[in-house]
Amino acid sequence: MLNQETVKPAPTSAAVGEVLSIRGLTKSFDGKVNAVDGVTFSVLEGEIFGFLGPNGAGKSTTINMLTTILRPTSGDATICGHDLTGDQAAVRRSIGVVPQESTADDDLTGLENVLLCADFYGIPRRISKPRAAELLTLVELDAHAGHKVSTYSGGMRRRLELASGLINRPKLLFLDEPTLGLDVQTRAAVWEYIRKLKEEYHMTLFMTTHYLDEADRLCDRIALIDRGKILKIGSPAELKESIGGDIIEVEVQPGAPDLSPILARVEHVREVRKVNSDYRIKTEFGEQTAPAVFEALRLGGAKVARIAIEKPTLDQVYLEYTGRSIREEHVDTTTRMPRRGGMFMRRGR
Amino acid sequence: MSAFEQQTTLNENPVHGLWALTNRELKKWYKTPVILLLSLIQPVIWLGLFGKAMNFGAIFTGGSFNIPGLNLPKSVLDSISSQIMQQTFGTSDYFSFLAVGMLSFISLFMAMQSGMSVVWDRRLGFLNKELSTPLARGAIPLGKVFASILRGLVQAAIVLVIAILLGLDASNVTILGLLGTFAGLFLMVMGFSSLFVMLAVRSSNQDTQMMIVNLLNLPLLFASNAMFPAKFMPGWLQPIVQANPVSYATDISRQLLLGSTGMASLGFDFLYLGGFAIALTVLGTVISWRFLSK
Repeated sequence: MLNQETVKPAPTSAAVGEVLSIRGLTKSFDGKVNAVDGVTFSVLEGEIFGFLGPNGAGKSTTINMLTTILRPTSGDATICGHDLTGDQAAVRRSIGVVPQESTADDDLTGLENVLLCADFYGIPRRISKPRAAELLTLVELDAHAGHKVSTYSGGMRRRLELASGLINRPKLLFLDEPTLGLDVQTRAAVWEYIRKLKEEYHMTLFMTTHYLDEADRLCDRIALIDRGKILKIGSPAELKESIGGDIIEVEVQPGAPDLSPILARVEHVREVRKVNSDYRIKTEFGEQTAPAVFEALRLGGAKVARIAIEKPTLDQVYLEYTGRSIREEHVDTTTRMPRRGGMFMRRGR
Repeated sequence: MSAFEQQTTLNENPVHGLWALTNRELKKWYKTPVILLLSLIQPVIWLGLFGKAMNFGAIFTGGSFNIPGLNLPKSVLDSISSQIMQQTFGTSDYFSFLAVGMLSFISLFMAMQSGMSVVWDRRLGFLNKELSTPLARGAIPLGKVFASILRGLVQAAIVLVIAILLGLDASNVTILGLLGTFAGLFLMVMGFSSLFVMLAVRSSNQDTQMMIVNLLNLPLLFASNAMFPAKFMPGWLQPIVQANPVSYATDISRQLLLGSTGMASLGFDFLYLGGFAIALTVLGTVISWRFLSK
């Protein structure tokens, strides 16, 4: 029984370039509130797709369904051309998973862990050995490959997970909170690996995160999720755009007339608000509009004392769509998936 | 072209994954000799202290026993003693009797470990990693079962060597007898470790699993002929001893290693253990498979 590792071409049901397409995916635990509620979206080939939401929003549950660990209550998905529920084996062969927590066997070495993963896919040793060595070099663990994982730091464990998740050359790699709990340097390193995977290995990545800066820096497109529902999908720029674009704040010297009507006619300006001697101008393109605003004010006889361009952040976007800040880290216990106990008695921590 | 980009055909034989998992468990074990040593301490203590202390043979020998007025000669007493020992324990000393029972003890103990490692795999997320790969679902429980069989047999062999060094009567030991003994232990561990994997597959709480193991460990041992001959046990206990697979594995070992008269015929012993092993392995694998495929 031998099977080509290369993924078969996608059947016509999936649109061209869609690596993952999800239709109405739903998961409820014990018939209670839906942890994931009718989620529908697509991930395009070669992009980094971010799943952004607070803890307990349904991100991990979605990943667990898409990686065949959990069976969806309803809905379906096509992954790399394979039906999620109909052809699990083919789905499993074409994806890679980097879980949130270290799942490596502490008693084995880093290399042994990666090779063990290779065995799960049935990759013969003559291929898996050089491949494991290359991946361990990629994540800069080559010097520690022969050490037991119990001696690894948190950052090293995460990098090892990354190497293990790549061993079957997945077309689509799932990353669950890839930088959760990592220090600043390690975060930056992991981001670098993720970019490398996209650019050098042309991999499609699906990642969950509750870090706004991470989503902003890495993702080509982001889906905002809260309470199991998708609120908005788009590129970081589009999402920011959707809440009204940039704001140009201009402070003029006192004594000038109200120039709001003139400013409102400047190209690209959407809304002008005057607060004391300050104008707050909403526009799509802050940098391009600022010179015209400046010119209009000068012609109107006002002297500009200070000018600032405010870019909307994903934080504001998140606040806009969920009605609360992501930093509140809201956890709704009824919608959370049952977790594997707490931290106590965990080995090697 | 880098190694990463090199294409390959995959080996989809489920045995490939099964062996990888079995080997994982074995590696953890033989790479940490301390665990091997620690797991040997208990049976060796039982052998050395319990086996030697319960010197039943001495009750009738060495002048400690006589019937007043009869003044039986020592040779008669010795011969009575040897007859009693032979008929009670099927061998000339209790140490040999117990030592063979210890082979079942250590194997049973190894079988129980398999359940614990299933719980750990779930807690540490290793199980989820396995589930996201094309690994055959049945390989997950079976890997545990085979690893505990191999560990159990190796440990039993070490215990046997130690027992011989400590004075086990090895005059009846033959190669064929050894093979038969280990075949019996193989079947016993296979059945029990399937049982414990099955009990553990839904659990993520190692305390519950530990309690199950402790709850079953000693009763399985005491309600068998491993430490005391079944025929002297009270009537209500007899059916339990007769149903306990540990009794049959021990019965095989005693017949083959010590030349004792058995509780049942060798053929029945093997049949019973074989049925037990196959039934529990099939049941355990099917239940684990179904649960893991959810």
